[in-house]
Amino acid sequence: MKKYLRGVLILGAFVILVLVRQMKNTGSLLNTFSSSASGTGSSNVASVTAGPYKDGTYTGSIADAFYGNMQVQAVIAGGKLTDVIFLQYPNDNRTSQYINSQALPYLKQEAIQAQNANIDAVSGASASSPAFIASLTDALNQAK
Amino acid sequence: MKRQKSIMGMPVIIEVCDKKVTNEDLNEVFAYFHYIDKTFSTYKNDSEVSRYNNQETLQLSRIMKKILRLSEETKTVTHGYFDIQVGEKIDPSGIVKGYAISQGAKILRKKGLKNFYVEIAGDIQTNGMNQKGKKWSVGIQNPFNRKEIIKVVYLAEKGIATSGNYQRGEHIYDPIGKKKANEIASVTVIADDIYDADRFATATFAMGIKGIRFLQGLKNIEGYLVTKDKQAIFTDGFEKYTVY
Repeated sequence: MKKYLRGVLILGAFVILVLVRQMKNTGSLLNTFSSSASGTGSSNVASVTAGPYKDGTYTGSIADAFYGNMQVQAVIAGGKLTDVIFLQYPNDNRTSQYINSQALPYLKQEAIQAQNANIDAVSGASASSPAFIASLTDALNQAK
Repeated sequence: MKRQKSIMGMPVIIEVCDKKVTNEDLNEVFAYFHYIDKTFSTYKNDSEVSRYNNQETLQLSRIMKKILRLSEETKTVTHGYFDIQVGEKIDPSGIVKGYAISQGAKILRKKGLKNFYVEIAGDIQTNGMNQKGKKWSVGIQNPFNRKEIIKVVYLAEKGIATSGNYQRGEHIYDPIGKKKANEIASVTVIADDIYDADRFATATFAMGIKGIRFLQGLKNIEGYLVTKDKQAIFTDGFEKYTVY
């Protein structure tokens, strides 16, 4: 009986040790993320939910969107958010200009170019679609 | 030995260079992928995930519980950009593929096999060396022309995954901005484990260009992002993989 008890205790201690280690790891992982990606929330337009707002047009502050500035204008009508206008948004042909700027001090860039090389495998977005197969099956069922 | 099958409507390729490999070894991995597909396919009405979405009362399997837990954890570390919840239903395919490849590689390792790669539709785990005793060479597909590659990386013990909207329509949804993610053409992520490469590629694609900053902040993870205007931006440790 004593032996059994000791076994349970050792096992328990081990489980606790593993749990604490895992929590530590997760914690440090989370810290890495939050320190690197602070400011993501600034581009989160969706957080401005419809509600009892006063009608009018409101201009938000300029926020750093990592690769350039973002500034939006919210249009409220009937107490609800009806439109969001992007005053500054680095999502156009000038993108590369933003990338060259101080906004991305550590990141390099290049123009993409086709390569010639013997390779073992190719990494790309999913090559074929389960949705296509499902749709085709459906179409065929209808044709019955 | 190299074999290819179509599972989950996707091409699955396994190549093993160790002399002792048998057909049975590969069959075991293929069988595991069939089991994953049977459990998580959103296109099969009798899969566990479909029954879960149809709100059938059922005892969740261990693997289902695990995937739900991993999805929740990934949602937290990606600031909500990775989310399996689509309306009232869940679609865990963004995490299942990487998880399955990772487990498939584990099956081969347990058999003492050391030199192989396992691929499901462009997401790859490499291990050891290729047929020539060199690192595995993997081309990054051109998102604007799928017959071309725009970069070659040399990998051993690494996973590589690419997310994009150029082949399956705009299938990645930005759960934060509530819009379809579309400002970048593709993003490729390299990590020790394909599970990390896959889930972070999915999340980064949803983030858009600023996602490269997110990757830059992750330890032991590198990224190569291609914008709609055909520029590539990459993390500062990426270039070490382009050296043969």
